[in-house]
Amino acid sequence: MTQAIHVRGLTKRYGDVPAVAGLDLDIQQGEVFAILGPNGAGKSTTVEILEGYRSRDSGEVSVLGTDPARADRHWRSRIGIVLQTATDAAELSVRETLRHFAKYYADPRDPEELIAKVGLTESAGKRIRQLSGGQRRRVDVALGVIGRPELLFLDEPTTGFDPEARRQFWELIEGLADDGTTIVLTTHYLEEAESLAGRVAVIARGQMVALGDPANLGGRATAKARVTWADGSVETDTPTKTVLELSRRFDGEIPGLTVTRPTLEDVYLRLIEQPS
Amino acid sequence: MTETVAAVTPTAAAVPLPSTLRLGLARAAVEIKVFFREKDAVIFTFSFPIILLVLFGSIFSGSLEGTGITVSQLYTAGLIGAGVMGAGFQSLGIGIAGDRDDGTLKRLAGTPMPRAAYFIGKVASVLVIAFLEVLILLVIGVLMYDLTLPRDVPTWATFAWVFVLGVSAAALLGIAASSLPRSAKSAAAVISMPFVVLQFISGVFIPFTEMPPWVINVASFFPLKWMCQGFRSVFLGDAGAALETTGSYELGRVALVLGAWVVGGLILCMTTFRWKSRRDG
Repeated sequence: MTQAIHVRGLTKRYGDVPAVAGLDLDIQQGEVFAILGPNGAGKSTTVEILEGYRSRDSGEVSVLGTDPARADRHWRSRIGIVLQTATDAAELSVRETLRHFAKYYADPRDPEELIAKVGLTESAGKRIRQLSGGQRRRVDVALGVIGRPELLFLDEPTTGFDPEARRQFWELIEGLADDGTTIVLTTHYLEEAESLAGRVAVIARGQMVALGDPANLGGRATAKARVTWADGSVETDTPTKTVLELSRRFDGEIPGLTVTRPTLEDVYLRLIEQPS
Repeated sequence: MTETVAAVTPTAAAVPLPSTLRLGLARAAVEIKVFFREKDAVIFTFSFPIILLVLFGSIFSGSLEGTGITVSQLYTAGLIGAGVMGAGFQSLGIGIAGDRDDGTLKRLAGTPMPRAAYFIGKVASVLVIAFLEVLILLVIGVLMYDLTLPRDVPTWATFAWVFVLGVSAAALLGIAASSLPRSAKSAAAVISMPFVVLQFISGVFIPFTEMPPWVINVASFFPLKWMCQGFRSVFLGDAGAALETTGSYELGRVALVLGAWVVGGLILCMTTFRWKSRRDG
């Protein structure tokens, strides 16, 4: 596998405030990579530097083999960007918008096929102004991938979605990932990162505080499990043994039994609280 | 989708991207389409000079002493200038501030669309919209106020270059001015105020013969005075030259000043244009 993104020692300050303070990042081609972090942690700044929107103060950045600060049209045609909430193109229909943006690329996807793929066939003739939030976001994704990007950036794509719309959206992203598109996703929703991403980076105070697959992030898989039953609770390294003992004590079924490992949210909250 | 990984591998470097001009024209088509769908913008742009022409034409009748030119003819020529300036400066100044606020510019900056294509699209769409505006004003002028249209080719040629230079200067100034408002909400006020002042000092409503010299000097810095002067030469003819401050339409100077504003506006656009809104930093 070749690298899609390579970052070393990235820094960016706004006045006296460091937004990104020495970040290293490696993302392989074909990966779905999630960047988690609280507001103001530097994740949007980082992603905007990778997208070529923002300049950096220092550090080495290579995206698809090119420095985004010196990127040209050809590089732009190889990446796709889905920004946070936009309200543009309100008076154009879905079909008109996709047909227009398709013209920017040398080898675009077929707008009609793409409309079907993002599930907007029935709304294709509607003005974008008339779409629901979830439908509007699908248009954003369609615009992001109309040029067949090798690398797709998704910035908090499902903010404000209801659970059903979010799940449908995830399926759409999984479909794109199956096509081989490298996806970099920032999100507030931990279950979103867990469901979509192969690897997760947690950024806090401009630095990476954890990196790994969602199941093992921050030692999650090896952390103590909590066994809880009707009139007790215990944290243990050997939950199976505890359950067997309890089963013997209750002579069969254990009333109110649950065995839990720390959720990604527990791990995440612990990670972002630690002072650096 | 049955695409394989191989199908997504880069072909972009091999296949040339569409040309800037082609995308500029594609942008123009979209801009015009969107303009006519935004009823507010259509009314805002078209109604102002038309209402004023009908209003002034009805209030002031009679002709200007010794020239045989009616006041309504004078206003038709002046309001064509103001209409062109409105379609260029005002509607672009406000419209682009909106594009910056609603994410249009940021989205476009993230695509392989060459940035020049956006400006080509804006200027080309303004040419079309301003042309329609002039057409409507001329029809009203001819039908209601005895405006006589020129019958010779050289005069129409003068109209053509004054129109193209005037629209281009106004559009480029509008693009440059769009970076001034802090947000789309304040844009209408920030852009309209200087435009209204400019109309009053540039001889759109009040002939220069009735204005103090310092006002004329200030107006002479800006393109609207010269654009109106050019349009008066087309629609009022030789008889009207006596109403100009120098007794002549000074077409050479009209071309020079409008040309200078086109060049200056272009430089201003290229050096000050913001693709991001202020809250985007």
